[in-house]
Amino acid sequence: MRYANGGTALTGTYITERDGMAVVKLDNGYNIGTSPEKIELVGRAAPQPPAGAGVVVQNSDLPDLAIISTGGTIASRVDYRTGAVMSQFSASDILRAIPELGDIARYRDRQVASILSENMRPDLWQKLVRAIYDEIQAGVAGVIVTHGTDTMAYSAAAVRFMLRTPVPVVFVGSQRSADRPSSDNAMNALCSAAVAAGDLGEVAVVMHATTNDDRCAIHRATRVRKMHTSRRDAFQSMGMEPLGYVDYPSLSVSLSAEAVRRGTEEPALHDALEERCGLLHFYPGMPASVLDAFEGYKGLVLSGTGLGHVSTEWIPRLGEMIEGGTTVVMTSQCLHGRVCDRVYNTGRDLLAAGVIEGEDMLPEAALVKLMWVLGNEPDPERARRLMQTDLAGEIRRRSI
Amino acid sequence: MMDYQKLGLKAGIEIHQQLDTAEKLFCRCPTVLRDTADRTDEFHRYLRATESELGEIDRAAREEMRLVRKFCYYTYDTVCLVEHDEEPPTPMNPEALDVCLTIAKMLGMTPIKQVHTMRKLVIDGSNTSGFQRTALVALSGALPDGCRIETICLEEEAAQRVENETFSLDRLGIPLVEITTAPDMHTPEAVGEVAEYIGMVLRSTGRVKRGLGTIRQDVNISIAGGARVEIKGVQELALIAEVVRREVERQTNLLAIRDELRERGATVDHTVVDVTALFAETKSAILKKAKAILAVRLCGFAGLVGREIQPGRRLGSEMSDYAKKCGVGGIFHTDELPAYGVTADEVDRLRSFVGAEENDCVVIVAAGRDRAGCATEQVMIRAEMALSGVPEETRKMLEEGSTAYMRPLPGAARMYPETDVFSVAIGADRWNAIAVPELLTDRAARFVREFGLDEALARQVAFSERLPTFEAAVAAGVRPTLAARTLLATCRELARDGVAVDRVTEEEILALLSAVEAGRAAKEAIPDLLIELARTAGSPGTPGERVDAAIAKMAPAVSMADVEAIVRRIVAEREAFAREKGMGALGPLMGVVMQEVRGSVDGKVISEILRRELNDLLS
Repeated sequence: MRYANGGTALTGTYITERDGMAVVKLDNGYNIGTSPEKIELVGRAAPQPPAGAGVVVQNSDLPDLAIISTGGTIASRVDYRTGAVMSQFSASDILRAIPELGDIARYRDRQVASILSENMRPDLWQKLVRAIYDEIQAGVAGVIVTHGTDTMAYSAAAVRFMLRTPVPVVFVGSQRSADRPSSDNAMNALCSAAVAAGDLGEVAVVMHATTNDDRCAIHRATRVRKMHTSRRDAFQSMGMEPLGYVDYPSLSVSLSAEAVRRGTEEPALHDALEERCGLLHFYPGMPASVLDAFEGYKGLVLSGTGLGHVSTEWIPRLGEMIEGGTTVVMTSQCLHGRVCDRVYNTGRDLLAAGVIEGEDMLPEAALVKLMWVLGNEPDPERARRLMQTDLAGEIRRRSI
Repeated sequence: MMDYQKLGLKAGIEIHQQLDTAEKLFCRCPTVLRDTADRTDEFHRYLRATESELGEIDRAAREEMRLVRKFCYYTYDTVCLVEHDEEPPTPMNPEALDVCLTIAKMLGMTPIKQVHTMRKLVIDGSNTSGFQRTALVALSGALPDGCRIETICLEEEAAQRVENETFSLDRLGIPLVEITTAPDMHTPEAVGEVAEYIGMVLRSTGRVKRGLGTIRQDVNISIAGGARVEIKGVQELALIAEVVRREVERQTNLLAIRDELRERGATVDHTVVDVTALFAETKSAILKKAKAILAVRLCGFAGLVGREIQPGRRLGSEMSDYAKKCGVGGIFHTDELPAYGVTADEVDRLRSFVGAEENDCVVIVAAGRDRAGCATEQVMIRAEMALSGVPEETRKMLEEGSTAYMRPLPGAARMYPETDVFSVAIGADRWNAIAVPELLTDRAARFVREFGLDEALARQVAFSERLPTFEAAVAAGVRPTLAARTLLATCRELARDGVAVDRVTEEEILALLSAVEAGRAAKEAIPDLLIELARTAGSPGTPGERVDAAIAKMAPAVSMADVEAIVRRIVAEREAFAREKGMGALGPLMGVVMQEVRGSVDGKVISEILRRELNDLLS
């Protein structure tokens, strides 16, 4: 393209149209937006050669790991001509972007989805857990799941409830996009590979432990929460210490005493979920009629105030729902601490109406658990007991 | 004397000027610099190189560099998560964009209709993100002398290097304009003049930062047959012409070396020879402790590697700069040996071991094996370049105006869009609403015309950081000469004597000048009053109250009757002296009276009373 401006003519490459302006990348690298009539075509750009072809040869002496991608990108490449960022999913692509991964393991790649994590759904959790189970059955030493960070904690918890695993299943993502030199993707990926090849035997999330590039924390899938919109260390273990840490760049993994070790569980898949379950965040003055939206739901997790309360006015309606077959579980918006509906009258009335105290479960973990419990246990009384039983590390026996 | 016309000198400059906005370009932090001792925390990060940034260095070196690229950042309570690269940027600061547009308009440029923010890859650690955000805002302007202005960009300032791989985040994100001229200058002096003129235009906005480091010039230079070289970070205006002269000298000498190399049929032998064993018994500390010593033979280069191409710089220094990119301390070459503990005997053995003939130069590198290997590669690359003349490079200025190699010239390849920042439309309304401020040179001329200031003082006031205070004082009815002398001469003298006049606020100076104009204090008392205001700076009270308190302490009001009585007494006490000197006693007695009234009374008033009293006495 030729662009004329104030007597100077510049050349560049036409990229796209935005808000009625033609966006042109000038030869000096800058993009500008200009009126379409100010530019004229002088020639067509040669097609970009396909970048990074070729397969990276992997070291057959190293353990096999599966990398399962859901759309979170561990590796991406920038097209400097257009600025487009291309996600890279194949093991070769990933190894080209983060070559040090090749010193830890051999990788098999598998893609189950290509979505932003806010578009994740329970049926995709099921597709994901089946893929993980297949890889475990095929004999991999560990599984890495790349996932967008927004709903990674939900997916990790869902996988944890549906799967018994003898090998590490590690969820990893990045808070800074992979196209920038400062991205946390490489360090998180390397740490997750070290964990996946290591001695852990449960489902975990591995992400930056602090703002420093010095170590990643290993979080239990059912006790982890994204606690910051943007920081690298957004993921935090709630109500417990992390299961361990991975030092960087040494990649040495240390596990706490309570981390489940490799080989402890026999592989098993119970992938039924009752999707008609909801999660409701209560606020002062929220009308009880909101509950009508959950008509026909099999389960409802309440994120209540303080020790686990909702307005007294809600209690009759909740009683009716429970009477009608909905399992209602109380958790707390405080996120820290345990629900106790035996202290105040409102709580006692909630219990009397049949609401289940969700102990110290995180609201999101409680929702996923409720889907799983109701999907696998038809008897309401037994389901009720399961909700108050620690099945996958989601309930702590003691609050410390 | 060089004939620059004949040499085909073409030079352009890039001026980087920090803007004095309330907030940074892509976050809401203040644009203040901090003392590193005030840091609240520090953190560590790695930056990963991308392919395009390191094209010139081989894979082994890249791996090595990747490992050492660990950076430490100091943070402050005036820095937020955006500088930490822990939060996406805010929209572009509209205040900064307006200042940029003002400058563009002053330079006769045409704005871009839709401004797009880009990421320019920078992996030297000076940006926590690994890129610098920058946007092209306007194009195609010109200076009165015809020099063309190509572009003006609005970009974020980088973090300041504290030492080695440690950076301070206070400066990161301060808005910066980058003005690029066409290569329209043909003498070293012209480059300095253009830089000075643009600097004046920038200061005319009253919206730019002042002081050391707030403006930096990069100079682009080439001569016929040479190559475009960009010299970074010339901070002192006075050095620009010298930098240009020295670069012309360097390119001229490199071309002469090339011609001589070609005449000799010089070549680069690509066999790297391991000569570690030759130096097993050496007295040279550097060679002795090295794990590996590798040698390269440059055929026909003897005497030229050691030839000076610029004050303090040889072709060997250029090779050394390239080698240092691999993490080695430097190189040795036979043009400078024997020296540094290397004996003549060792040099002879080295030469014969690698099969060097008389006309050859041998370069050795001592380091770990990988680094030494990488460094010898670099030396060969640079030697090959000498055969073809002057390489295109980005260079950094050394003291006195010579330069050292930094990196190859960057291409457009390192820019891609900043997807986290929306583009900004610059409509006709916004552009038309930008007011063009009066140039400082025009303002100085106006001060001569309107206020009767002499030319030097007028220029001094116009270019001074105190200009706003001066204008406020004049608007408040203070005589321009009094305001100018107080703000420039008096304040500067006091500062020189160690008085903290910078702690006296603008409002207090205004109140002080108004008090003098109102006759509540004599102008002679101004230094004492400023000293008192500086001493008590930060004490409670409005500026008016503070000035009144200072007057009460340092120059209490004296009634006219009191003054007359004092004068009469002093004349009476020194009657003999007065009678002997006649009216010549006026001066000495003036001093005595002034000391007594401590500047509470205007000298002119005292002088009149004293004259009258002396007249009475002598008549």
